[in-house]
Amino acid sequence: MVDNKRIDEPTGTSTVGHEWDGIEELDTPMPRWWLWTLYATIVWALVYVILYPAWPMVNSATEGVLGWSSRGDYEKAVAARETELEPIRQALVNTDIHDLPNNSALLNEAIQGGRSAFKVHCVQCHGAGAAGSKGYPNLNDDEWLWGGDMEAIEYTLVHGIRNPDHAETRFSQMPAFGRDGILQPDEIQDLVSYVRVLSNREKSSASATRGAALFEINCAVCHGSDAKGDRTQGAPNLTDAINLYGLDRASLTDTMTNSRNGVMPRWGHRLDAATIRMLTAYVHSLGGGEAAPKLQEGSTEQAATQAEGETPVDEQS
Amino acid sequence: MDTLLLRVGGWLAIVFFAFIAMVLAADTGFAVHMAIIAMAAGITLWVTINKADYAAIGRGILKAPADPGIYDDDPIRWGVIATIFWGIAGMAVGLIIALQLAFPVLNLNNEFTTFGRLRPLHTSAVIFAFGGNALIATSYYVVQRTCRARLAFPGLARFVFWGYQLFIVLAATGYLMGVTQSKEYAEPEWYVDLWLTIVWLCYAAVFIGTVVRRSEPHIYVANWFYLSFILTIAMLHVVNGLSMPVSLLGSKSYAAFAGVQDALTQWWYGHNAVGFFLTAGFLAMMYYFVPKQAERPVYSYRLSIIHFWSLIFLYIWAGPHHLHYTALPDWAQTLGMVFSVVLWMPSWGGMINGLMTLNGAWDKIRTDPIIRMMVLALAFYGMSTFEGPMMSIKAVNSLSHYTDWTVGHVHSGALGWNGMITFACLYYLVPRLWGKERLYSLRMVNWHFWLSTLGIVLYAASMWVAGIMQGLMWREYGDDGYLVYAFSEVVSAMLPMYLIRAAGGLLYLAGALVLVYNVWMTIAGKQREEKPMTETPHNEDLDKPIVGKPAIAPAE
Repeated sequence: MVDNKRIDEPTGTSTVGHEWDGIEELDTPMPRWWLWTLYATIVWALVYVILYPAWPMVNSATEGVLGWSSRGDYEKAVAARETELEPIRQALVNTDIHDLPNNSALLNEAIQGGRSAFKVHCVQCHGAGAAGSKGYPNLNDDEWLWGGDMEAIEYTLVHGIRNPDHAETRFSQMPAFGRDGILQPDEIQDLVSYVRVLSNREKSSASATRGAALFEINCAVCHGSDAKGDRTQGAPNLTDAINLYGLDRASLTDTMTNSRNGVMPRWGHRLDAATIRMLTAYVHSLGGGEAAPKLQEGSTEQAATQAEGETPVDEQS
Repeated sequence: MDTLLLRVGGWLAIVFFAFIAMVLAADTGFAVHMAIIAMAAGITLWVTINKADYAAIGRGILKAPADPGIYDDDPIRWGVIATIFWGIAGMAVGLIIALQLAFPVLNLNNEFTTFGRLRPLHTSAVIFAFGGNALIATSYYVVQRTCRARLAFPGLARFVFWGYQLFIVLAATGYLMGVTQSKEYAEPEWYVDLWLTIVWLCYAAVFIGTVVRRSEPHIYVANWFYLSFILTIAMLHVVNGLSMPVSLLGSKSYAAFAGVQDALTQWWYGHNAVGFFLTAGFLAMMYYFVPKQAERPVYSYRLSIIHFWSLIFLYIWAGPHHLHYTALPDWAQTLGMVFSVVLWMPSWGGMINGLMTLNGAWDKIRTDPIIRMMVLALAFYGMSTFEGPMMSIKAVNSLSHYTDWTVGHVHSGALGWNGMITFACLYYLVPRLWGKERLYSLRMVNWHFWLSTLGIVLYAASMWVAGIMQGLMWREYGDDGYLVYAFSEVVSAMLPMYLIRAAGGLLYLAGALVLVYNVWMTIAGKQREEKPMTETPHNEDLDKPIVGKPAIAPAE
């Protein structure tokens, strides 16, 4: 093959002497920078495998001169953060929830932690901005089904809403007036008219007047004669413009016909007490947080019966 | 006559058994697949009967062998068509799923068209159907020319082509029906895997057989790369596919490995599918078509030897870098990363050899759009083989892993390197395979070049931004020490990037459609009237196997 070697005109380099289908190969030496970079990566590799865990042995692997391990690294980072957080967690758990608003430094820590925890556990339903959507309450407004002071919010967080396996869960059940044949479809339409009049969605009408009478018999027992709702049993206020499932005729018809019964998970057995308190502080801070009721009875349900016109404690908004 | 009877009987038996298996199938997916197999065997049966050369059989001899004085190019022509067909299909599905990410409503609320089922359809269609057909077709072309010998086992060579298409159809329909073993780039279930194994071994036999009967004393570098690709893919496919079917009449199987061992096997396979399918195989294409198109000698023989052996030695160990910071033991992660970094220069050896082959013909980048495509392909090859080792470094990987940076990396390689080198080879092949003087239009090759280039730039840039943004948002802590963003906030921040990516994909697909038109018109024998660009002449007289003398024994 040596015979076929020739000098390539444009490059002045000799060919190797092989030829395939017209393709020849030049005898160019390997570029020096390429070769030296290759050697450098090899040297770096040799150093690296001495410093870090690398070589599998019979039962384990070499641990590396630096003694580094990814688990160890992770545990160190977590431990450092835990040490930083522990005093805050302790303080949160040991502080009476009614005193929390008075300790603005601790409250601020709790809100920051709660914001983070909210993004992991709560945004799936309540949304990243906590504005909710149909069936999922907006936590930024001051409309509360079960109470909006710290203690009430924490109770809801710990016990959830309508958890079938949990006795202390928040529980309310509006009858399915249409499906269960308690009311006729036209009666439901009259009630829809009345509820829309209550919330200023439409003008009074004959239908709404008939609805008012039906309301007194069927609804007032929970929602109250004034339709302002009752937080002790989770009955919503119907006189404002906020409704969990919508105030249009179709949504209201559906609500009265079939009832709704949404569920919120309980977090008491999933999250630690400090995280729950952080979430409580965060949700309370969003804009609708209420002051603790004046009359202390120790019971959340009774505490939540406070009237409208509360003063928000929120320092952030 | 006996042979014909045997063949017809064999195909009939397959139709029969596939039909029985369809009737007894444990699940719908398996039944549909058996129906497809029965149909495929039925068609083959019909073709066998119709094409039988009864006169030749009557004369008591086999059908006269085809002209030994020309190369066996039929399966290559089919392969070129199949490459283009599957390429368009795979890229179109890619565009659809890119749009699904931006507009989830395009999942159509229907199990068959969800992202989860269309995504493997896209990846398999572009890698294995488009890339695989390109590799098989070009390897048949290159091995014949560089060995100056006709394909060994012509019947088997045709079986490989059709068998591979059946594999693609079974895999694709399986994904849509939810038949998957849930291993990335190895989704087909056990029976489809077995079929591919048979096809692949036949492919190896054809290729190695042709190399063995060569009339050249040495084996050309392109064939080393093809050979390493064929052998390694066989090994990877068999080991990663080891599984136990639940029923011989059902599609479900369980992998032989479990837990982190399964993950490591999967990424040993997955990474080397990239290394040997998309790198070694396509380097083989580069090593033949770049010097041919440039009409220049390969830059450095020594570099090709060193980079070939270092590349194939190192690649096989790099898989664990897909499992950084997982349950995989630290030592395996270290080795995966170290081998990946050392792999940088061996990968670049191919780029240097390709680009520097243009020494003495640099003007062709200006005048020859096919060379321009090859240069772009090599540039993207260089970029992604630098980016890969960089992303395998654990500190970088902790930011890039699970983000769209990975998607951008893969596509700068796939669109830039694999796509562009394949298009360039197709433009080289079509006029030669169909005996045309030149392509319908070289100017349209230029349009294709610019559409693709713009598409790749939009795609890669948007995914880099998206990936780094994603990685930084996930790990962003506020002053108070808590994470700042919810996952959903990161998702919604991606929308503009997803739209830019889809636009890039659309441009790339548009470029490929220009290719379809150009190839179509070329095969139809048309020539567009346009200002000429540089043509690489084709010497028909030299494009023939050496016959009439016994094959030279392999080099001493």
